[in-house]
Amino acid sequence: MKEQQRTTLLSLLIVLPSIILVGVFIYGFIGNTLYISLTDWGHGSAGLALHPEKHFVGLDNYKQIFTGFVYGRFRQDLVNAVFYSLFLVVGSLFFGFLFAVLLDRKIKGEGFFRTLFLYPMALAFIVTGTIWRWLLAPSGGLNILPTFIGLPAIKFLWTSSKVTVLQFNWQNLPRIFFIIVAVVSAVMLVRTLHGERQKKKIVKHSIIFGVSIIYIWILHPILPPILPFKEMHGYNLGTLGISIASVWQYSGYTMALYLAGLRGLPETIRESAQLDGANEFIYYWKIAIPNMRPITMSAVIVVAHISLKLFDLIYAMAGADNANTGHPSINMYLTTFRANNFAVGAAISVVLFVLAALFIVPYLIDNYRTRRAG
Amino acid sequence: MKKQIGLMSAAVLMVAALTAGAKTEQVRLTNNTPKGDFEIFSWWAGDEGPALEALVDVFNEKYPQVHLINATVTGGSGVNAKAVLKTRILGGDPPDSFQVHAGQELIGTWVTAERMLDLTPLYKHEGWLDVFPKDLIKYLSTDQGIWSVPVNIHRSNVFWYVPANLKKWNIAVPSTWDEFLKIAPALQAKGIVPLSVAQTWTVNQLWECVALGVLGPDDYDALWAGDLSWTDPKVVKVWDTFGKILKYTNRDAASLSWQQATDMVVKGQAAFNLMGDWAAGYMSTTLGLKPGTDYGWSASPDTKGVFVFLADSFGCPKGIKNPDATIAWLKTCGSKEGSDTFNPLKGSISPRKDSDLSLYNDYSKSAAKDYRSDRIVGSLTHGVVANEGFMNDFSTVMEMFLNSRDPEQAVNACQAIAIQNRLGK
Repeated sequence: MKEQQRTTLLSLLIVLPSIILVGVFIYGFIGNTLYISLTDWGHGSAGLALHPEKHFVGLDNYKQIFTGFVYGRFRQDLVNAVFYSLFLVVGSLFFGFLFAVLLDRKIKGEGFFRTLFLYPMALAFIVTGTIWRWLLAPSGGLNILPTFIGLPAIKFLWTSSKVTVLQFNWQNLPRIFFIIVAVVSAVMLVRTLHGERQKKKIVKHSIIFGVSIIYIWILHPILPPILPFKEMHGYNLGTLGISIASVWQYSGYTMALYLAGLRGLPETIRESAQLDGANEFIYYWKIAIPNMRPITMSAVIVVAHISLKLFDLIYAMAGADNANTGHPSINMYLTTFRANNFAVGAAISVVLFVLAALFIVPYLIDNYRTRRAG
Repeated sequence: MKKQIGLMSAAVLMVAALTAGAKTEQVRLTNNTPKGDFEIFSWWAGDEGPALEALVDVFNEKYPQVHLINATVTGGSGVNAKAVLKTRILGGDPPDSFQVHAGQELIGTWVTAERMLDLTPLYKHEGWLDVFPKDLIKYLSTDQGIWSVPVNIHRSNVFWYVPANLKKWNIAVPSTWDEFLKIAPALQAKGIVPLSVAQTWTVNQLWECVALGVLGPDDYDALWAGDLSWTDPKVVKVWDTFGKILKYTNRDAASLSWQQATDMVVKGQAAFNLMGDWAAGYMSTTLGLKPGTDYGWSASPDTKGVFVFLADSFGCPKGIKNPDATIAWLKTCGSKEGSDTFNPLKGSISPRKDSDLSLYNDYSKSAAKDYRSDRIVGSLTHGVVANEGFMNDFSTVMEMFLNSRDPEQAVNACQAIAIQNRLGK
């Protein structure tokens, strides 16, 4: 008993320094940022004084960035962030898997190609950004490629296009959200009805579907709009160049994950699938992909949170002032360190923090459940 | 009383002058020999490095006992340096003197935060109140004091062109924006960009020159002092004119650096480029062109007789370790010798009215002539007339306007950010 106590004490002592350091430098500062975001630090002009005056203003900064007239850029940044994440996650999973399948054919020089695909990940975003800025320059690089075979040069502005597609009014955002929820829950409902017909699931999906329909048709017209004025946002084509560069950088990483997964599948599965008459496509689609679900899960988590850290790539490729390619992290940097508005900057970083948590917390919960079940 | 004795004695005497009532603290001039470690902080690297080194040499010769540490953070206009400086000062480790754009960029950030010392005694002692133009000193000061010593002067309202090309296209340099808008469509039809611009800050710079042209210097000043409302019809007209001019600019602007926009003029792809006069240094030194023949310049349309200035300057922060050396450094920066050593190399002109023009190139001579006779107003883009909060938000408004081209929306947004950032207060 005494021996056990001593080991417990010893191990506690060993972990203690890192608990304290993590407590102070991670959770302490998260708390501090949260506190600053609830003050008016930097709203006046003396934000950089030796003892700046800070007053508690509650959620005013958050109200400002989500509904204030001058913070329209922040809202577009959020829209951009969604598209950056979507492109990076879907793109790198798709190309990563494709490369993995190609390498899985036991081709000659596999080691060489593996290194080739993986190499971009070893580069810093700032390096990738500089190279891609040259490649996507308006009158150079990729755009003049067709002229080598006698075709006219491409005129597309990869990082400075001012064209916006898929435009929507920010006031309609909740409605759009509930339309998506309604469609998803309807699909789920139909699938459950055709499948196992579990009562609990049927009830759950029906409720979600019903609530969304009520919101779309009844509540949305009645409730006050989330923004007092009309404001259009959408997908800026100027972000396309940056998305391409980010997919280029991270496809190699997902390729490595998938390749390891494919190699981990026993050869007997493939052989028996072939005996049953499955062709290559069916083998990958029906057998390999479902078997690699955990790999896909962790790839999504890792890549998704990287997609929130595109700061340096955007900074190098488009510059900080190019609002069309903006990202909340760049906005946060400018608001804090250029405009000296520390409180609003802190509020933006808290929003970013919540976004990152949205990706990671479900994963942690899932992990926890699996571990308890196992 | 004490102040007067200090000024009268030949040696630099101590002036411990704490203005009664106000919190302003002034620099203290002592007759100690400056010595020890002394750190200056700037963003002058690369092309501008040799100019700074020459100035440091002048300083070292005069004050051999001081060990000068030159802390440089690279990045044009101090994009990176300013953030580093802020973290250093917030962290209680201010450099002994730092480079900063003269005017509101210093005043709105560091003076209102009570981090700087008033330099009035130094100005009086060195006689700078007479050698620097009154218009200039006005922008360096608040009613509490004078806050920095300008090292150089650049001009931002300059139109650049290639005389031979204009002759070929049979056009003259427009003296008003109306004239420009008249000649522009024909140029555009020929496939020539009438006016080349680059990323956002150069567009902001174009805006300030259009604003000055449309409003005139008095209303332009009134706008920054908060006496002219942003929603005034005159300001709407500024944005309206600006929108018309933008139709005759290159569409890939956001992907270009300012040098690339200037290159367009040199290569004959564009007729004019509006850029600060560092473009003269770029064309003369980097591209090896001859001022006057290979490239020409004039004040931007509607701004003849007005000089939009920006200046780099050094100030004296509170709580520094080596105040004697800081004073010595500021004296070197403001001295005729220091100024005339630094500026010919930097490609700028001296802020002093008595500088030796024979040391400068042809462009600088012409700029210096204008500087001494023109009305001087301050630049928005380069930190003279508005604080950092306004400047940052103005870039956002500009991006908004570039997408919407809606003058009414732009003036409303400007009014909102002017209130939010307490412009002119």
